[in-house]
Amino acid sequence: MERDTHFVLGVYEDEDVLMNAVKEVRSSGVKIHEVYSPYPVHGLEHALGYKRSRLPIAAFLFGMLGTSLALTMQFYMMKFDWPMIIGGKDFAAFPDFIPVSFEMTVLLAAFGMVGVFMVSSNLKPWAQPRIFDVRITDDKHVMAIDLAVNSGMGEEKIKEILASSGATEVNNKSFDE
Amino acid sequence: MQVTSSVRQPLVTGGKTYHDVTHDVSRQVEGKPSLAWFLAFLTAAGVLALGAIALVATLWEGIGMWGLNKTIGWAWDITNFVWWVGIGHAGTLISAVLLLFRQKWRTSINRAAEAMTIFAVICAAMFPVIHMGRPWIGAYWALPLPNTFGSLWVNFNSPLLWDVFAISTYFSVSLVFWYIGLIPDFATIRDRATGLRKTIYGALSFGWDGAAKTWMRYESVSLILAGLATPLVLSVHTIVSFDFATSVIPGWHTTIFPPYFVAGAIFSGFAMVLTLMIITRKVFKLEDYITMGHIELMNIVIIITGSIVGIAYITEFFIAWYSGVEAEQYAFINRATGPYWWAYWSMMTCNVISPQLFWIKKIRTSIVATFILSLVVNIGMWFERFVIIVTSLHRDFLPSSWAMFYPTWADVGVYLFTFGLFFTLFFLFAKFFPVINMAEVKSVLKSSSEKAAN
Repeated sequence: MERDTHFVLGVYEDEDVLMNAVKEVRSSGVKIHEVYSPYPVHGLEHALGYKRSRLPIAAFLFGMLGTSLALTMQFYMMKFDWPMIIGGKDFAAFPDFIPVSFEMTVLLAAFGMVGVFMVSSNLKPWAQPRIFDVRITDDKHVMAIDLAVNSGMGEEKIKEILASSGATEVNNKSFDE
Repeated sequence: MQVTSSVRQPLVTGGKTYHDVTHDVSRQVEGKPSLAWFLAFLTAAGVLALGAIALVATLWEGIGMWGLNKTIGWAWDITNFVWWVGIGHAGTLISAVLLLFRQKWRTSINRAAEAMTIFAVICAAMFPVIHMGRPWIGAYWALPLPNTFGSLWVNFNSPLLWDVFAISTYFSVSLVFWYIGLIPDFATIRDRATGLRKTIYGALSFGWDGAAKTWMRYESVSLILAGLATPLVLSVHTIVSFDFATSVIPGWHTTIFPPYFVAGAIFSGFAMVLTLMIITRKVFKLEDYITMGHIELMNIVIIITGSIVGIAYITEFFIAWYSGVEAEQYAFINRATGPYWWAYWSMMTCNVISPQLFWIKKIRTSIVATFILSLVVNIGMWFERFVIIVTSLHRDFLPSSWAMFYPTWADVGVYLFTFGLFFTLFFLFAKFFPVINMAEVKSVLKSSSEKAAN
């Protein structure tokens, strides 16, 4: 898929200014490509209108899978495949199976959710991310506006909106891919 | 909009800006290692090499190299195992439980505490593995693997097997939790670097781009992992205590063990965090991030958990008397007045009396006193496990088989090996990984720094 390559960037220093800017820019009709920050800014996802992450659901489903696998495994091995009398206990000694079931639930929930997170956010050792500005992992927040998406609005107009929303710098950024 | 009480102490002192945070933490990774680091690292690696002799001897000759005998089948090995697992409880407690309780002071100590947790669990896991005698076929005894010895599966009724699952889950989930937190910080180092370092930290950062959507998912993952890790951390030492509590040995067969072990684990874990952090902040000049406020709060956790441990010791004693079971009563009297009285009273002094000194503000806000007491607590916690394990076993139901335990050089050497391993790994971590979670410190900087207060 061909990706858009020309962007206008608004650079912000303060998280509260950024938050207001996101609201202002969106209400003026400009579509924001994405905001990049050095740390998680609480409430930014709401201001950008993102839907809640569904990762907790993934974690729950993987956890259920872990519980079922663990219980199936233990009942199969202890009750059906090779029953042995241990300490005079029932073959299907359910209370004894709880610790392992709990651990497997946590293990699968954690690994499953993190796996989904890695895939959905394209996190992998060989990934080549687009770095809009190297300072976004240091001390600056950057709002990226895709020029192709906002072609209805002039580039100058977008820059004006960014500057009046509190951006300390307004830059152009192009990727040659 | 965040409202922070002006009465609260700032979490980061020295009027740091966001860029200062990046700089102060990254420069440890980027600069040449100091002479102090080299000396410390070589010492740790030397201890590791020395201990390796004992480890190889034990693997080659078998566990007959240790001082175990027919009466005392568990001694230094399991003492060390429980001790290291206990130490490995503070990291996840700090990062998970304190995250759920929204304790922001955790941000500057969670990274190093989690690293410590992971290394301590590696050290702990070594002991049961070596104790199997022939660890190369031990996988069949510890994991439910199909095999040709008959369809003999592992015994899911055994707390020792629960431990295998608990510790391996704890280790892997803690590792993932720690690594997820490291990704944004690796990206910070990547973006400051050039050449080979950029390639290495670029791969370590998994292509992190700092997008708001990724941060949203990151926060969601952190919260759920914290929610999963909280019962997990409590389950691990509970299950370790089941190794003893589900047996019928007087002195082990007590229902108080799970909460008592968990409190003891947090107690010793925080002591080890303090030992390491006091050195780290000094060597890496991070006094503005790991402040006196942090040290004081950790000392308060030590008072609380130390007091719980103290109450547990006394309750145990009382219940032994109250039960009216002679064997149970004898086990406890023997602990305090028998041939191992010195171990019992070392434990009592180090764990019950010494942490109470932290009620005095002058002591809990003194670096030197905190450092010394943190070592005392860890010595005391080692004795606690020794007392529980060895004194309960050495005089069993049959007086003709009563015995004493004497450690051999191999016992001492394998313990030294784990010390070498722990510190070698910790020093490597401290040099090549960002020791403070930069992204999280930045996220609390605006509301909780000294600058924000003015």
